[in-house]
Amino acid sequence: MNVKLLSLILVFFYFGNVTAQVLTSQENNSTTSTTGLKVFDFNELESYLNSKKDGNTYVINFWATWCAPCVKELPYFEALNTNYKNKNVEVVLVSLDFPKQIETKLVPFLKKRGFRSEVVILNDVDSNTWIPKVNKDWSGAIPATLIYNKNRGAFYERSFNYLELETELKQFIK
Amino acid sequence: MKNTLKTLLVLVVFVTASAFTTAGTGYDIGDIATDFELENIDGTMVSMADYNDAKGFIIVFTCNTCPYAVAYEDRVEALNKKYAAKGYPVIAIMPNNTDVKPGDNMAAMKARAKAKGFTFPYVMDKGQKIYPQYGATKTPHVYILQKSKNGPQVKYIGAIDDNYQDASAVTKTYAEDAVNALLNGKEVSETKTRAIGCSIKV
Repeated sequence: MNVKLLSLILVFFYFGNVTAQVLTSQENNSTTSTTGLKVFDFNELESYLNSKKDGNTYVINFWATWCAPCVKELPYFEALNTNYKNKNVEVVLVSLDFPKQIETKLVPFLKKRGFRSEVVILNDVDSNTWIPKVNKDWSGAIPATLIYNKNRGAFYERSFNYLELETELKQFIK
Repeated sequence: MKNTLKTLLVLVVFVTASAFTTAGTGYDIGDIATDFELENIDGTMVSMADYNDAKGFIIVFTCNTCPYAVAYEDRVEALNKKYAAKGYPVIAIMPNNTDVKPGDNMAAMKARAKAKGFTFPYVMDKGQKIYPQYGATKTPHVYILQKSKNGPQVKYIGAIDDNYQDASAVTKTYAEDAVNALLNGKEVSETKTRAIGCSIKV
């Protein structure tokens, strides 16, 4: 399943609105934006994981606003996205915030931080099914990170500082 | 002599390596779980050995500060209400470092237990020596143990059920199914499940 197909069932949450405005759109959803958030179930998210063979290196981080170690390391992922843009590295921040906290917590948080990395929301309660699909060894604890390109992939159930993250990434882009 | 030394060295390396491997992975199904002596919110020390009449235990690594753990508080209480009298009491263990998460300190644990009316022990893994032996990585993380002649044997590891957001929309009650199987003298059919949780704070 590719990204364009996903855009057919795209859901946008607009920052200005108190209630989430649900729209379907055929616009290209691959542009990074802090004004719209996509909410996926795992089948929809799966196109981001392991499947893109386009020469880019993808850094997929699973996090939530209520996860303190996740929030602490987000700036390192954001810096990686900025510093390695010209090396075809793309960071995707997959939020596991609860649906009822998207408007009250996630949206204000993202607005304040102004991340340039792509942020998507995964809302899929059947975690026993999808966690092993992300990685067979993942216990389900967050933060967790997946790095992959067409040549290789690695999964990390741990926290990172910037240097550690960069060291891992460099193994993918040399 | 030289050969003996060499053998010894190899043995030491091997034992050290396997010790580290064990520490990293924790218990698997069938392993014998360690007992503990941990302080409860009422100031008493709690051990599995105190429970002469129990057939086993529902050990839940949980805390005050993780939204996933909070989402399951009422369901953990319901498990204890349902299964303590049948021989499978809940023992909740708070594994976080309270310097990192002050919201999980003993005073906060007491307050939370009182507010929620917990009827099970809510003990602290002070010094964080127990959760690594079990291999718990997150809250909530459930271990269901059955007493055996060798000690409490691990029969189930994982999630409480398949819907953290909505208790009324649960379709698979993993933990209950496991205890029911043990009570009926059957093997647990789904022994390991996974759910999202908050990493244990060290």
